[in-house]
Amino acid sequence: MVRFSMVFEEVRLLHEPFSPQEYIEKTANYTITKGGVASFTGYVSADGGVEALELSHYEPLTQPGMEDLSWKAQQRFELKALTIIHRVGLMRPGEPIVCVSAAARHRRGAIEAVDYCMDHLKSAAWFWKRELKNGEWTWIEPREEDHADLARWR
Amino acid sequence: MAVTILFLGPLRDLAGEATYEVDAPLDWAGLLDAVGPEVAAQLSEERVNVACAGKVLGDKTELSAQDGDEVALLPPVSGG
Repeated sequence: MVRFSMVFEEVRLLHEPFSPQEYIEKTANYTITKGGVASFTGYVSADGGVEALELSHYEPLTQPGMEDLSWKAQQRFELKALTIIHRVGLMRPGEPIVCVSAAARHRRGAIEAVDYCMDHLKSAAWFWKRELKNGEWTWIEPREEDHADLARWR
Repeated sequence: MAVTILFLGPLRDLAGEATYEVDAPLDWAGLLDAVGPEVAAQLSEERVNVACAGKVLGDKTELSAQDGDEVALLPPVSGG
């Protein structure tokens, strides 16, 4: 089924720190009639002694991939607005990496759209991460759980 | 003009450089030859993808890069 309703979307790769709250509020304000807004924000965790995280991407694939994901989420859920923000570059613990925010008339669509986008961003988006621990950089490998998370939506 | 080979993620460490410039045209055999044995071994694995001119190839062995094309070598993406 294809929906043609108007959905406000913002899909962005950022090279600098950002304020998730601003984007969440903007997502709510895109919809004049309001309803519900759900969101998820991922931060760099200091767990395990992580000193820094570096995210690399490939612009010609990463940005279109995120736009395609946004479009698919809009087809699948009844949304009024959708925001997908992803950081790239060097980050320190405590900095936000990703923020997905969805506005819908009813809560279920908003919550599920956020869950759907996060599962796809984690396992199917073109990002490579490495973390700095004890002065040494290590690349983060794909995890089995990520593929299981993705399978939930098939 | 040439073809630019771009190494992403952990492949960049293996290659020792972010990019190589090679003569056009470039096919699969030429690519394996150009990147050195370590990266070539990774490329032969199914989980490593190749994009040419901004499109991921369905069958990377059919690579046919022309003058000015960028060939990106894409290791598996990191999990969360």
